[in-house]
Amino acid sequence: MPSPLRLCVRRTPAGDEVGTLVTLRLPSEVACIEEAVELVTRHCLAGHDTTRKTRFRLQVVLSEALSNAIVRGNREDHGKWVHVRAELGPDAIRLVVTDEGPGFDPRAVPEPIRPEQLDEANGRGLYLIRKLVDAVQFNEQGNSICMILRRP
Amino acid sequence: MGFTQTKDASGVAVVQVEGQLIVGNRQELKALVQAAIDAGERRILIDFSRTGYIDSSGLGALVSISKKIREAGGELRLSGLNEDLRSLFELTKLDTLFAIAETPQQALSSF
Repeated sequence: MPSPLRLCVRRTPAGDEVGTLVTLRLPSEVACIEEAVELVTRHCLAGHDTTRKTRFRLQVVLSEALSNAIVRGNREDHGKWVHVRAELGPDAIRLVVTDEGPGFDPRAVPEPIRPEQLDEANGRGLYLIRKLVDAVQFNEQGNSICMILRRP
Repeated sequence: MGFTQTKDASGVAVVQVEGQLIVGNRQELKALVQAAIDAGERRILIDFSRTGYIDSSGLGALVSISKKIREAGGELRLSGLNEDLRSLFELTKLDTLFAIAETPQQALSSF
């Protein structure tokens, strides 16, 4: 069966701050997450000296953001898509994951590390992303997360 | 990506996580451990020596599994977490919730 993922890789003109632009569209199916993570990670790291830690962080935050977009954003509605945009510069990777849901207020998400919350099964995703990347931003609607990782 | 379950000579149920433990397969792990509990297993080790990465859903599944085993009067150990995987448990303070051993052998001898 052909992959339902749609990947596009474009090199921007010399002198442009963004060296390569990778875009990926995937359906709202959790079964697609692992393949999407591998594809985007491979392109993010291609041609750069990298560390095991950077690869691991990329994999975890991508998996996390895609999971949030598919499950919480699009509510696994197969009529909706998730869009990934990776801007690959010499010093940093800028990852934007956008869903087609109504959005949420990231400020309303509590920190999950209080002792009384340790036994909870949910609520660690956004916290982990914040801990593993150098900067996180949301759009106003709250359906698009931008994660910036500086290259080592 | 998948899970295999074996039984150690000392009678501990050992579950190996191969590949990722993420939102797409966490239910499979929960079902496997539940089946082990239903079959009477009370000492369970989950080993991550062959694991790539874990997301927050995977961590959440481990929290649920830990509760189920506790409620059944059993014990859970985790082992084989490399530096990266261990950092996820430390960042989320889950290293305080689980009994974590360096190697499967150390985990087995701690039951």
